[in-house]
Amino acid sequence: MVQYSQTHFDASFGALSDATRRGVLEQLGRADASITALAERFHMTLTGMRKHVGILEQAGLVSTEKVGRVRTCKLGLRGLEEEAAWIERYRQLWAERFDALDIVVEELKRKEKANGRKKRK
Amino acid sequence: MDARRESEATPTKNPTGVERKSERELVVTRTINAPARLVFEAWTKAELFRRWWVPKSYGLTLLSCEMDVRVGGQYRLVFRHEDSTMEFFGTYVEVTPHSRLVWTNEEGDDGETVTTVTFDEKAGKTLLVVHDRYPSREALDSGSTYALPEVLDQLDELLASLGSSTEAK
Repeated sequence: MVQYSQTHFDASFGALSDATRRGVLEQLGRADASITALAERFHMTLTGMRKHVGILEQAGLVSTEKVGRVRTCKLGLRGLEEEAAWIERYRQLWAERFDALDIVVEELKRKEKANGRKKRK
Repeated sequence: MDARRESEATPTKNPTGVERKSERELVVTRTINAPARLVFEAWTKAELFRRWWVPKSYGLTLLSCEMDVRVGGQYRLVFRHEDSTMEFFGTYVEVTPHSRLVWTNEEGDDGETVTTVTFDEKAGKTLLVVHDRYPSREALDSGSTYALPEVLDQLDELLASLGSSTEAK
């Protein structure tokens, strides 16, 4: 599971670094679509769109299914959520730390003000 | 979730950002509403540092916190978690008052992680940037997430519920 995740995370970060690919994910978040429809929507050749979808598919962010002559793409929800959760967990750790740091620093600020007033007297 | 309780504790919380810069680097950012000299003090005095560094939700008790903040000086934090203790230790590599701290994390089995913290003051507020550089991608994935397998187990459940709600749309 962990081994799977390491390679998976890297692939996801790469896949998400491109604006078109993020757009494709957004689009697929609303509805499944064929590669042809996606190519039209993003003003791209079929070959270009196939490449983008291939990268997203490798990262587990999108899954495709060929029915007859049409390849339909849908969101690979799992990959995206796992990525987000991993970062979110780390962010929460630090947010909790920083919230506590805020309190400590506020206290230092108050002390400094109080000391400043004393010194001026 | 419990917004009311949080707002009572600190009325002006700034957002915390996290970005994975590369396979070995993680960067965390946060603005603190205070001048850099005070923020720096909270990072470099053990009696202050120990009050905020350990997230309460982790259920860890900080048994001791020693920090000799000067170039070549050591730090050592000892925690108790249930029946065992954990130690985190390393060396300060750079100490530039009110602007920059660099230390190594030497407790890992597979090499040193280097943490760089910069304190950037603007208009009385300080932008903190915490940059961790791990010895390898594996060290980052296992070290930074704190018990990744458990998280992934929980995630499985979450995803199962998300999956079913998406299908329902």
